[in-house]
Amino acid sequence: MVTEDISRAVRRVDAVSKSDGTAKYIPDYDFKDCLWARMIRSDIPRGKIKNISIPSLPEGYFFVSSKDIPEGGHNYLHMIATDWKCFAEDEVRYRGETIGLLVGPDKTFLEDLLEQVHIDYEEQECAVTIDEGLSCKGGAFVNDNNLHCHLKLEVGNPDEAFAKAEKIVEETVETGFQEHIYLETNGACCIPEGNGKYTIYASAQCPFYIRKSIAPVLNISPEDITVRQTTTGGAFGGKEHFPDVLCGPLLVAAHKTGKGVKMIFDREEDIEFSVKRHPSKVVFKTGLDKDGNIVAMDSKVYYNVGGYLASSFVVLQRGCFHVTGCYKFPNMRTEGFGVATNTFPSCAFRGFGAPQTLFAIETHMCHLAEMQGIDPLEYKKRYFIKQGDVTSTNGKIVERVMIPEMLEQVLKASDYERKSREYKWGSGKGIGISFYNHGGAFTGNGEQALIKAKCILRKYKNGDVEILCGQTEMGQGFHTILPKIAAHILELPLEKVIFKDPDTSRVVDSGPTAASRSTMIVGKLVEKAATLMKDRYNSEEEFEIMTEYEHPDGFPWDQSTFQGYAYLGYGWGVCAVEVEVDPCTAEVTTKGIWSSHDAGHLIDERIVHGQVNGGIIQGIGWGSTEVLENVNGHFKQTSISDYIVPTSMDHPKQGVYFVENAYEWGPFGAKGMGELVFNGSGAAYIDAVSRAIGKRIPSIPCPTEKVMEYLLNGTDIKEAL
Amino acid sequence: MEAKLSFKLNGKSVSITTDPLRRLLDVLREDFKLTGVKEGCSEGECGACSVLFNGKMVTSCIIPVGAADGQEIMTIEGISGTEGGKIIIEAFADGGAVQCGFCIPGMVIAAYNLLSENPHPTEDEIRLGISGNICRCTGYDLIVESIKLAAERGEKIWKK
Repeated sequence: MVTEDISRAVRRVDAVSKSDGTAKYIPDYDFKDCLWARMIRSDIPRGKIKNISIPSLPEGYFFVSSKDIPEGGHNYLHMIATDWKCFAEDEVRYRGETIGLLVGPDKTFLEDLLEQVHIDYEEQECAVTIDEGLSCKGGAFVNDNNLHCHLKLEVGNPDEAFAKAEKIVEETVETGFQEHIYLETNGACCIPEGNGKYTIYASAQCPFYIRKSIAPVLNISPEDITVRQTTTGGAFGGKEHFPDVLCGPLLVAAHKTGKGVKMIFDREEDIEFSVKRHPSKVVFKTGLDKDGNIVAMDSKVYYNVGGYLASSFVVLQRGCFHVTGCYKFPNMRTEGFGVATNTFPSCAFRGFGAPQTLFAIETHMCHLAEMQGIDPLEYKKRYFIKQGDVTSTNGKIVERVMIPEMLEQVLKASDYERKSREYKWGSGKGIGISFYNHGGAFTGNGEQALIKAKCILRKYKNGDVEILCGQTEMGQGFHTILPKIAAHILELPLEKVIFKDPDTSRVVDSGPTAASRSTMIVGKLVEKAATLMKDRYNSEEEFEIMTEYEHPDGFPWDQSTFQGYAYLGYGWGVCAVEVEVDPCTAEVTTKGIWSSHDAGHLIDERIVHGQVNGGIIQGIGWGSTEVLENVNGHFKQTSISDYIVPTSMDHPKQGVYFVENAYEWGPFGAKGMGELVFNGSGAAYIDAVSRAIGKRIPSIPCPTEKVMEYLLNGTDIKEAL
Repeated sequence: MEAKLSFKLNGKSVSITTDPLRRLLDVLREDFKLTGVKEGCSEGECGACSVLFNGKMVTSCIIPVGAADGQEIMTIEGISGTEGGKIIIEAFADGGAVQCGFCIPGMVIAAYNLLSENPHPTEDEIRLGISGNICRCTGYDLIVESIKLAAERGEKIWKK
């Protein structure tokens, strides 16, 4: 009786309540008798705390710090690593590090009190950039070399291949900080329930991460903390681990005061004092034969991690795994370095390390082609990876790679071949093209070994079915996607399937809403559960089914050496961007954007379409206007008027295409795609601008003033590397 | 210093005694519990707090409430009950305009403002009409398409 393809778009279940203003986000809750909290943060990037002077506080006002952590409690947050402290004690490693909270009933009065807090430091010289971190400016503060983490990968025999190479070229490609600018700033509230139990309301991606991360602070078990996600106004990775940095101190404050404590960041503090996308530097050394073909590639990948490691080693790993992009090179060596600096720690941001290396390889490939006078597309085509080919981790590509089909769609829609031929380099007109992928879900066997996702499907007497798992809706559409999968299998109307914002006390842990894993992994658990439920649905009144993730056999992965099948299913993408550059003002006008993606079989084509549109624009923002400078440990841009995200006027309507490539282990053949769609547009845009001005652009962001600099003083793209 | 202020809010006469320098946004959210008006940037840049002030779109985060004395304010809570507001909200739902939703009440106000002035906007006019409203999720295309849909569906309403 299943008649309709699941891809056919339905109306999102949350669309109306979000449009008419009735959906409640964390600032909209009226928590009774709750106190407000404001963060006391370090105002220097590096130093020793000598003295903290707090003004005398009226009754009902509190200063909360590490001294309020009870005996047996741990002053750290568990965000993969455990180095990031809940409250700074003796030293500060970045500007904005949490020193304490001021807590009390009047929000405005707290502001006045905050201004009277004085902290004396013994300030030390800070390291801000990757180079400063590597040279241990001011002295190393992590290990003896300022390296938080490091890894090395090798394929083939690079030494031998380099020895035989006709020519070896070197190039460095860099990317900058990026701020998430979710429209809703961070916010959370912690309420003590008595008996040592607490309830947390938070705008967050991963409720189970929060309780695991902060429970050690009070030396309680994660189950003593109930986390309820509130409608979340965007996240993009910025609410994956970062809510822990609010919730840990709030938990201590609730413990101390015995009252609910709430904290909502204003926009300025959310930009100045939250995690960012890691700035990166990739240094390529590429061996070429006499015909200019690549025989070996060595890439050194440096990520600016900031003061604490937290989840950054995983980000660096993903970056290194993606450094070969959509290409197969016979001999490769990749080395990754997570560099400690005195900047706000970087963390998850859509793509999780992959966009930086994908931008680097795409840009390097363009430059290798252009210095030989070849159209970048023709050069890239020589190396497209295919099913069965060896990856950067010596695994193989398991699935069919449909880059040729996707390319054909984009070429046709964009008229690339004609434009690329007619728009001479430096003519003011340019078209660029990029290829990219994104490995779905956790690396290797991590889903089975680390995450162990579970999901419950419960049938009620009235015929309703509820999905009980920890996945969150943050704008990406999962409140619609997941029920749609169950409804489709059970042949029920969508409104008969209930899926609420998770409450950790009544759902099972299905893993984080991150890593493009929700549809692919948890969607599959729901598909399985619904299939098992279907036979019993009519005969049994009330029952539930739990499913657990099982990794397919035959795809080994060694997490200690990073060898094997890193990902079973990649999303794939091709994006073309056309621009015109004003020769006098260097202003760039985007004339067209066309993309094709392989996300397996789509669960809802309009939701996926919306993801493509948003990811591509966010990626172009990263490549162009989103300048975030850190000077002496301070972010210079601290508002939406000086940190420039794209508006409706900046880019034209996109041409959006897909290929059908059902994924064997995904629900209805679906794969992850939320991050994929970010990964390539920055490179396509920069390729287009670079060709239009005839100059190499090895570094992003590239706003108008940088385009002008390259236009006037840049290196000709035909010059040898 | 407090003052008694009276104005029309979503069609009803209201009065409040408060500091006239408080932000209109705070008074709407805290005193009148109109939490559909969102605070995104606090500096009039993102449009999430948009309301209609005597029929024209303003950002309520940079307006002192004293300025509202004797004037007419419409928030999303009022707009969503109007015929035009309903058409826009339905079009947003059908057209896939909504993702995280935090900018959307402001976008609905922007669309209402635009269509009230220009019932048949071109694509460029729509993009200009919502250019004061930042959306970080959608890349704007499906919002633009949804506003086109609202223009078609509400043809009779917007004309008057």
